[in-house]
Amino acid sequence: MSKMTGAQAVLECLKREGVDVVFGLPGGVLLPLYDAIYQSDIRHILVRHEQGAAHMADGYARATGKVGVCIATSGPGATNLVTGIANAYMDSVPMVAITGQVNTWLIGKDAFQEADITGITLPITKHNYLLRSATDITRVFREAFYIASTGRPGPVLIDLPRDVTVDEVEFSWPEVELSGYHPSVKPHEMQIKKAARALMDSSRPVIYVGGGVRYAGAHRELFELATKINAPVTTTLMGIGCFPEDHPLSLGMLGMHGTKYANYAIQESDLIVAIGARFDDRVTGKISSFAPRAKIVHIDVDPAEVGKNVRVDIPVVGDAKNALHGLLKEVSPKARSEWNEKTETWKKDYPLRYIPDMNVIKPQFVIEKLCEIAPDAIITTEVGQNQMWAAQFFVHKDPSKFISSGGLGTMGYGFPAAIGAKMGRPECDVIDVAGDGSFLMNSQELATAVVNDIPVKVAVLNNGCLGMVRQWQELFFEKRYSATILGRTSPDFVKLAEAYGAVGLRATKPSEVEPVIRAALATDRPVVMDFIVSPAEKVSPMVPAGATLSEILELEWCDVAQSCHLEKIYAEGRKEVLGQEEF
Amino acid sequence: MKHTIAVIVENKSGVLTRIAGLFSRRSFNIDSLSVGATDNPDYSRMTITVHGDRDVLEQVIKQLSKLINVIRVSELGASESVERELAIIKVSADKDSRSEIMQIVNIFRAKIIDVSHRSMIIEVTGDEEKVDAIVQLLRQFGIKEMARTGKVSMVRGARVVKA
Ligand SMILES: Cc1ncc(C[n+]2csc(CCOP(=O)(O)OP(=O)(O)O)c2C)c(N)n1
Repeated sequence: MSKMTGAQAVLECLKREGVDVVFGLPGGVLLPLYDAIYQSDIRHILVRHEQGAAHMADGYARATGKVGVCIATSGPGATNLVTGIANAYMDSVPMVAITGQVNTWLIGKDAFQEADITGITLPITKHNYLLRSATDITRVFREAFYIASTGRPGPVLIDLPRDVTVDEVEFSWPEVELSGYHPSVKPHEMQIKKAARALMDSSRPVIYVGGGVRYAGAHRELFELATKINAPVTTTLMGIGCFPEDHPLSLGMLGMHGTKYANYAIQESDLIVAIGARFDDRVTGKISSFAPRAKIVHIDVDPAEVGKNVRVDIPVVGDAKNALHGLLKEVSPKARSEWNEKTETWKKDYPLRYIPDMNVIKPQFVIEKLCEIAPDAIITTEVGQNQMWAAQFFVHKDPSKFISSGGLGTMGYGFPAAIGAKMGRPECDVIDVAGDGSFLMNSQELATAVVNDIPVKVAVLNNGCLGMVRQWQELFFEKRYSATILGRTSPDFVKLAEAYGAVGLRATKPSEVEPVIRAALATDRPVVMDFIVSPAEKVSPMVPAGATLSEILELEWCDVAQSCHLEKIYAEGRKEVLGQEEF
Repeated sequence: MKHTIAVIVENKSGVLTRIAGLFSRRSFNIDSLSVGATDNPDYSRMTITVHGDRDVLEQVIKQLSKLINVIRVSELGASESVERELAIIKVSADKDSRSEIMQIVNIFRAKIIDVSHRSMIIEVTGDEEKVDAIVQLLRQFGIKEMARTGKVSMVRGARVVKA
């Protein structure tokens, strides 16, 4: 092929890797690259903060299963990506981050806008590269996409010095040869046989599903297996949607804010089959008393996860899809058992609940309404109570339609992730379930959504506080609300949306919730819905930190006195700020 | 429990940082680490000694194996491998102590590689215990300076740890 500049080679690589959209923001050292972008047909979405670009690439990747790509300039641009990269790393999201770097001869000299981004991102990338020569561009880009998307997926960063993008190269497209990288996808047959035998012998099995099933695209195989042997299924936050939550075998989510029945089932079980899950501390509670009566089968594509947090009786290293295929061949159908009766009784006895209210909007009610009106929407979430309610009260059925920051728990993730998801799946409604704290962490991306005509919807559960932290203060710090009160005026989300050219809608009464949602979905513009919800609502049930899963508490959902108390604080704040009583 | 592992890595810049970073990040304890060339210039070999139980060792090996630049990780069992380290030690030596020091050097089959009026430099190779022992004996004369390499290790017999 003909000679081209390094920047043109980068674009050619992206094209060949099937990239149709990139999210980024330019800077000095990226001028040559952006000049090449200007002349290419890859769509570039200009963000307003690089953290947004990283989360958009992440949301795009989770919604489509393709590798998401973000671009930032050297120094501050690159460091602004860091949270987004760490987020993708913790949740195993396939992503390629491209950063500009100063000219190679200036590296190490503390040049203007120099940052050692490969050093900084070493612990939060699956791999990273500092390119030193234009001739390495094609090899490195091919490797980066391969590494990001295979085995246990993850983010790969490529640091691109300015001169490397200017130098001329002969374009070539070499095969990937990585002698130190062999993602193990085919599980050992013996281990599959052992796992299948354990399943056949078990009288109280629970299948515990994490994000690995979703990345392997193995939810159909999971469904087949669970229904063939009548084994109940519980999912982590990352595994939500891998098993339809309206199915009798579904136990919903487990762990700290999981369902009582999932946690009870785990504790009573005689066999846990973990698939693509990593026994995170938010899931297991006190690890020494996790599933005390159970044998553990652990299926994971990452050998280092197996045996990391719990002792495993039958390790199976391999991709979830292959493993489930193998298991399906080995097991024979099993009839319903007493165990099914038992878990179903628990489901009936301990459902997820909240106390509806005629006058005040309950946040859970908003989620139920969203689910009723837009059951097929892609839901992204921020972090905190909003995230847990979105997990609990929406009936999830599709793993690619629940997108949430699990491992890192990044406030400010949901809104840019929604923009990325919408770019990848424009045919779907995309709704970010947000808190009034989290939304402000990346609300500048409203400009991105408006300018690029990306009609995502945000449902702010406006409780006037950093709710999840306030909940812990109420429960464990004698209601001393240190630095968690935001009040009702911070800011006016309807006006904020309008200032950006988006649509702002508000509901203050339960009866307004449905019309607001319908109106939001009816327009083809970005919309912020401001739901003024009761401030003292708590996420329930809850396993206190360090407790055993069976010690799960049903919290008193909404303490009315607390609600009044908080509203009083908010009102006083409002008077001080605006000198007015009413909204 | 101490464990010795051999790690074959790509000979590229930044690889040592990746490995050292992994150890500190995951709270693995390194007792000793040495890096050097192999017969193939594309690869280097690291010998790492860690302490911890079997589970820790298993995690160390698995986490190292995940690094893209790591080609091979292999545990070298103490009983089935030979290991060596090298130390050079500058000891105070005058005409009264010189002959006694030379006796120790002889017993340990060490070497004197530099002599001056008031000091000598001794070179010793051997396993960790041997080096420890000579260091212990030389202390009485006054050790002015010491440099040790950290150990390198290899399995006896036909088994080979290579890229
Ligand atoms: C970037 C970041 N900073 C701080 C936290 C700690 N944190 C977890 S939940 C939470 C409160 C979130 O408040 P809000 O977005 O209003 O949601 P709510 O819990 O009220 O639904 C905070 C501060 C975090 N997860 N992420």
